Amino acid sequence: MSSAALNVNIQMPLQQFALQCCFQAQREVVVLFGQSGAGKTSVLDCIAGFRKPEGGEIRLGERTLYSSEAGVNVAVRQRRVGYLSQQPALFPHLSARQNIEYGLLDLPRAERDARVNSALERFRIGALASSRPAAISGGEQQRVALARTLVCEPELLLLDEPLSALDEALKSLLLETLFDWQRERGVPMLYVTHDQEEAYSLSRRVLVMEKGKVIADGKPRDVFSAPVSRERAVVSGYENIFDATIEETHPALGTMTCRVAGTNLMLESPLAEKAAGEQASLAMRAGDILVATVRPAGISARNILAGTIATIVDLAGMVELRVLCGTTGFCVHITRGALQNLGLEPGRAVWLIIKTHSIQFLRR
Amino acid sequence: MLMTSPLLLSVKLALVTSGLLLAFGLPLAWWLAFTRFRLRFLVESVVALPIVLPPTVLGFYLLLTLGSHGWLGEFWTRLTGHTLAFSFEGLVVGSVLYSLPFAVQPFTAALGSVDRKLLAASESLGASAWRTFWRITFPLALPGIITGFALSFAHTLGEFGVVLMLGGNIPGRTQTASIAIYDNVQMLDYATAARQSLTLLGISFALLVLINALNRRTKWRLQ
Repeated sequence: MSSAALNVNIQMPLQQFALQCCFQAQREVVVLFGQSGAGKTSVLDCIAGFRKPEGGEIRLGERTLYSSEAGVNVAVRQRRVGYLSQQPALFPHLSARQNIEYGLLDLPRAERDARVNSALERFRIGALASSRPAAISGGEQQRVALARTLVCEPELLLLDEPLSALDEALKSLLLETLFDWQRERGVPMLYVTHDQEEAYSLSRRVLVMEKGKVIADGKPRDVFSAPVSRERAVVSGYENIFDATIEETHPALGTMTCRVAGTNLMLESPLAEKAAGEQASLAMRAGDILVATVRPAGISARNILAGTIATIVDLAGMVELRVLCGTTGFCVHITRGALQNLGLEPGRAVWLIIKTHSIQFLRR
Repeated sequence: MLMTSPLLLSVKLALVTSGLLLAFGLPLAWWLAFTRFRLRFLVESVVALPIVLPPTVLGFYLLLTLGSHGWLGEFWTRLTGHTLAFSFEGLVVGSVLYSLPFAVQPFTAALGSVDRKLLAASESLGASAWRTFWRITFPLALPGIITGFALSFAHTLGEFGVVLMLGGNIPGRTQTASIAIYDNVQMLDYATAARQSLTLLGISFALLVLINALNRRTKWRLQ
C-alpha cells in the first residue's frame, strides 16, 4: 500500500478571515467539523488543487502536492485525490457506466471493464449502467459519482457533505460501502460536515474548524464536550448554561468553587486558569446530571444539590425534567424507565448529582 | 449554367468560410470563455466589430490590405503570382472576418455555459485539458457550436457589400448569388433574379430548419 499520511499546513486569505490550517491525517477517517463559512471547503479545495494557498505545504505520503517554499503546485489531474461534494456532478451526456469509466480511459479495455463491473456490483447500480444521469434518482446519482471517484483508486479521499441531500436509509447504506472501501485500502479520508450527529457517528477523530483555524482535534466526545463559545455550547447540546463567580480555588484538589450568579448555589468545577472573584460561564449537558430520590452517600460526585421537580416533559425517547434548586432551574434528561422506576412527579423533592468534570467552562 | 454557377460559388464560399471559422473560431472562443485576461473585453469588441460596421467599410479596408499594394496582398502576390483581391481566396479572407462574430459569439456562449463543476470533476478524475475539452466541453457545447456554424454559413451565403468591394463581379470567380441577383435586377431581368432569390431563400430557410431540428435533438438527448 503506497498511500500514507496527509500533512497539511497552509495559509490563505479568505474574505472574512485568514485560513491558517495545520493538521495531519493517518490512514483514517477524519471529520472536518465546523459551521458553514468556517473555511472547510476552502481547505478541501486547496488539497484537491482547485485553489492555490498563499503559503505553506501539502504532502500526501512521499509526494509534495504543494509547497510555497519549493515552488511546487501539482496539477489537479496528477494529484490522485478523489473529491466528492453534495452535487454528484455527473457528465449528463454519458451513461452511468461511461461516467464511472471516465477516469480509467488510459487503461486497457479488459482491466477497465473489470474495474467498472466490480464497482457497479459493489454500489448496486448494475441495473443503471446504461442510464443517463437525468433518468436516475438523486441517491443513485450520488452512488454513481462515488463509484466514479473510487474506481480511480485515489490516494486520498475528500468528501464535502456528500450525503447531506439524501435520506437516512440511503445515507447509512452509502456510508457502509464507503467505510468498507476505506478500511480495505487504508486511504486517508477527510469528511466535511456541519452536522454534529454525523460527526459522532462517522469517526473517532474530529477536527473542529472556526474562522479558518483548527481549534480542536480529538475524539468526538472530547472535542464536543469542550465547547469554546456559548453559541457552540448551545448547538452542541449543553442545555444548562450559567454565569458564575469563582469563590475559591483549590489547586491541591484540582477544583474550584463557583457561585451561580445571583444565588447562593455553589458548584464544584474543574480547576481552570481563573482567580477567585473572576466571572465564568459554566455549561452542563442535561444528560450528564443524575437524579436521586434520597440523598446519596459514599459517592465520588462533588455536587449533590437538593431540588424540586417543577415540570416533566415527555420527549421522543426520553424525559426532560426541570428541577429547581433554590431559584436556579436545571434541565435534566432521564429515560422513561428511570422516571417510572423512581415514581417521579412534579412537586417531588429530589437530589441532583453532577460530577465535577461534567462542568465545562465557556469562553466569555 | 449562368444561374447555378453563382449559387454554387456562394455555397462553396460559405462552406469554406464556416469551416475555417470552426477551426480558428473555436480556439478563440475557448480562450474568450475561460481566460482571466483583464483586457478580454477589447478582444470581444474586435470580434463583434463586423456586426456594427457597414460591410462596405470593412470591404474598403480589406481592399486596401489585400490589394496588390497592401502588405498582405503584396506578400500573397509574391507567394502565388496572382493578387488576393478579386479572387476566391480574397473572398474567403473577407468572409471569415465578416462572419467572425456570427461563429465566435455562439461558440463562446456555449463553451462558457458548460457547468464548471463538470470540468472540475473531469480534472480531478485525472483527465488532461485536451480530454476534458473533447469528451466534456465540446459535446455539451455542441448545440451552440452547430448554431455558430450554421449562422456563419447563412451569413456568408447572403453577404453582399464585402464581396462587391473586395471581389468585384467576375462571373465564375467572384460573382456570388447575391451579386448575381443585384446584377440581374440592374439589367431588368426580374425573372432570373426571382428564381435566384427564391433558391437562396429556400436554402437559408432549409438550413435554419435543419439546425433547429438538430439542436432540439441534441438538447433532448442531454436532458
